[in-house]
Amino acid sequence: MAKSTARSGAALRRTARVTGCALLAGTLAAACGSGGGSGSGSGSGSADSLSIGLIAEPASLDFTTTDGAAVPQATLGSIYEGLVRVDQQGRIQPLLAERYERSDDGRTYTFHLRKGVKFTSGAEFTADDAVFSIDRVKKDWKLKTARQMDVVEKAEKTGDHRVKVTLNHASNGWLYAMTTRIGAMFSRTGVTDLANHPVGTGPFKLAERRRGDRIVLDRNGSYWGGKPELGKVTLKYFKDAGAMNNALLTKGIDVVGTVQAPESLSRFSDKNRFRTIEGSSTGEVVLSMNNSREPFKDKRVRQAVRHAIDHKALVETSRAGHGKLIGTMASPTDPWYEDLTGSYPYDPAKARQLLKDAGAEGRTVKFRVPNMPYAMSAAQVVKSQLDQVGLKAEIEPLEFPARWLSEVYNKADYDLSVIAHTEPRDLWTFADPGYYFRYDNPAYAKLLKDADSGRPEDEAARYREAARLLSDDAAADWLYLMPNLMVADKDVTGLPVNQVGEGLDLAGIRWAKKK
Amino acid sequence: MRVFLRRTASLLVSAVIASFVVFAFLSVLPGDPAEVVLGTNAGQAELASLRHSFGTDRPLVVQYADWAQGLLHGDFGTSYISHDPIGPRIADRFGVTCWLALGGMLVALLFALPTGVLAAAWHRRPAGAVLSALSQAGIAVPAFLAGILLVYVFAVRAGALPAGGYTPLAEDPATWARQLVLPCLSLGLVQGAVLTRYVRSAVLTVLHQDFLRTARAKGRRRRGALWRHGLPNAAVPVLTVLGLQLSTVLVGAVVVERVFVIPGLGDLLLQSVADRDLLVVQGVVIVLVVAVLVLNVVTDLLYHLVDPRLRSR
Repeated sequence: MAKSTARSGAALRRTARVTGCALLAGTLAAACGSGGGSGSGSGSGSADSLSIGLIAEPASLDFTTTDGAAVPQATLGSIYEGLVRVDQQGRIQPLLAERYERSDDGRTYTFHLRKGVKFTSGAEFTADDAVFSIDRVKKDWKLKTARQMDVVEKAEKTGDHRVKVTLNHASNGWLYAMTTRIGAMFSRTGVTDLANHPVGTGPFKLAERRRGDRIVLDRNGSYWGGKPELGKVTLKYFKDAGAMNNALLTKGIDVVGTVQAPESLSRFSDKNRFRTIEGSSTGEVVLSMNNSREPFKDKRVRQAVRHAIDHKALVETSRAGHGKLIGTMASPTDPWYEDLTGSYPYDPAKARQLLKDAGAEGRTVKFRVPNMPYAMSAAQVVKSQLDQVGLKAEIEPLEFPARWLSEVYNKADYDLSVIAHTEPRDLWTFADPGYYFRYDNPAYAKLLKDADSGRPEDEAARYREAARLLSDDAAADWLYLMPNLMVADKDVTGLPVNQVGEGLDLAGIRWAKKK
Repeated sequence: MRVFLRRTASLLVSAVIASFVVFAFLSVLPGDPAEVVLGTNAGQAELASLRHSFGTDRPLVVQYADWAQGLLHGDFGTSYISHDPIGPRIADRFGVTCWLALGGMLVALLFALPTGVLAAAWHRRPAGAVLSALSQAGIAVPAFLAGILLVYVFAVRAGALPAGGYTPLAEDPATWARQLVLPCLSLGLVQGAVLTRYVRSAVLTVLHQDFLRTARAKGRRRRGALWRHGLPNAAVPVLTVLGLQLSTVLVGAVVVERVFVIPGLGDLLLQSVADRDLLVVQGVVIVLVVAVLVLNVVTDLLYHLVDPRLRSR
């Protein structure tokens, strides 16, 4: 996401000049032919452009009707911006709103919009657009996440650059939700073809989209904030992790945006060529247990599972050691995060005893696993560790997304499953008894409700309490936190270390020295 | 001409049957495009409304009739996922795959014809046995493995060629060619190994035919007799295999496209199956089926050109 501080005019001019030279140099290099390795393929090779390899191409650029992390990853913060954003530490910061005020009862927010902001279509961003965007979530969005906007009673324009939002009841979660895709600001005149022609206020604009291959973003020349360092960013999509690694090794791309198989990192051990970035993400890898079905209806069986798993060994075996142990449904960048790995230490004897008490020794459970490499390899370890305490898990790989979504997520037809829950701040998933965890605990739901509607100062403490309750109750087991793991050309700097929001933060990335 | 008409008629019938089979198969495939689009954000109301707008809530017969009717007008429908017309997208991807398949076949021919003929001509010598063994080994290597090995050697180690990617010919012919070398090699070498076996056995058969002995008796050298009389006769069985192989290559390109990150038809097919973008899957499969059928007809017609004996029938 963009820096909210504007630069001085002189610095801006200098940047413009430097980029101008770089562009010229790039053209010259291209004119001299593709003799060098870096000029070949789809790699950028110029100081002004960069290409990032990613897995899973968004099928549509319209995140108002199509779900999937890939859509906001490519567009949020780069093409679209919200009134507020979340920073690398997980704090909410102003963005298109210069500042905002919250009323004492927490029911009204007044946003003072930044002036002189333009959409890439040329239209100016005003209070009308903000009201339009907020209203549109309730009206035209097709996704369940849009229900987070239901708390809004009305959004009204109180000045050309001032918007007042009234909520049905106080909600801390709403302001955070405004940093996610549902808070994206659209132009009243720019929503006719969101799937292919996004119009936003962000530091980049869509230059080219080649289906099945890449999305190219160009610097938005009329961006209101600090100019992004790069003139062109190519998001190159790979279906095969090996092909993505080869592309970096052969300078086809400059960054591997998500390392799929950590054991492949050894291919990039040459410090003179590559560097590895490892931070936290919002993806908790959850070993889900169907709380509404035998045997996991019994808390003792769930507790047995938590004691039976040697998380450290699991991360060593299935992730080559890359993955932080958390033991909770929170990420280190959440203000209420605390490490809860201590509450269920590895203790096979205790697990065996708990299973015996519950009369579940030797039982067979249906372990339905999405067919993604990380999930399958974690499942193998879990299976063998459960075996040792006397619980037989029968692994059944399910095609992801189609079958897993249909059978496990939507119908909850499973006993055990494992998947990374990548949505930021997703404690709420356990408060909905219809969610596939099938965890039904009114006390927990009340805690979340109180945290949301209480004073902002109390929010973190209440969520912390809720997370502890979830852990004590063994509503699920948290295997590890998916690392934000990237490998880049050693000259690329400014890559976001932590993945905190839904968008990939591109504005700060640059080349350390001119190539 | 009659042959041509008969062939075309049977092609059409096959295509209709294929369209029916494809549709039937996909309708029993578990999973639902609406569920994939809405992902973890699916509510019952949202699902129902999306199914309605896709038209997947209608009876299967109606859906099939709707789709088939569109096909007759050359309309492949609109993608559930990306909301754009499917026809142009398939055309775009088909072009890419065609280059790959043609390049692969070219490699296969360039490799198989000399190797096969030599292996046959030298079948009593050790060199012939070596060629024969090599081609046997080549058959055993799957194209994706050949691809991974080629990438490792020529792209990662030597840095001589790009490891993958695709640039349209019109945009940058040099890059286009450089990027196609390794994929065509990995597709072509394996097919070439298969083809070598057929060329070898066809030429071997011909070598022992009476007409070749007659040609030698007339005073032609062995090489001359083979060139003038042998190879045209060996061409008939090889042509059959070639037609079949072109179909195989078209379909085999799927895997190679994955390894080399080429946005071709196979890549589109796999992605659409994963997304349950059923109309796209149906469209791609129909195009592939028709392409294979057309290739078969063309091969048949070529027989008639190459082999005068067939013309009288």
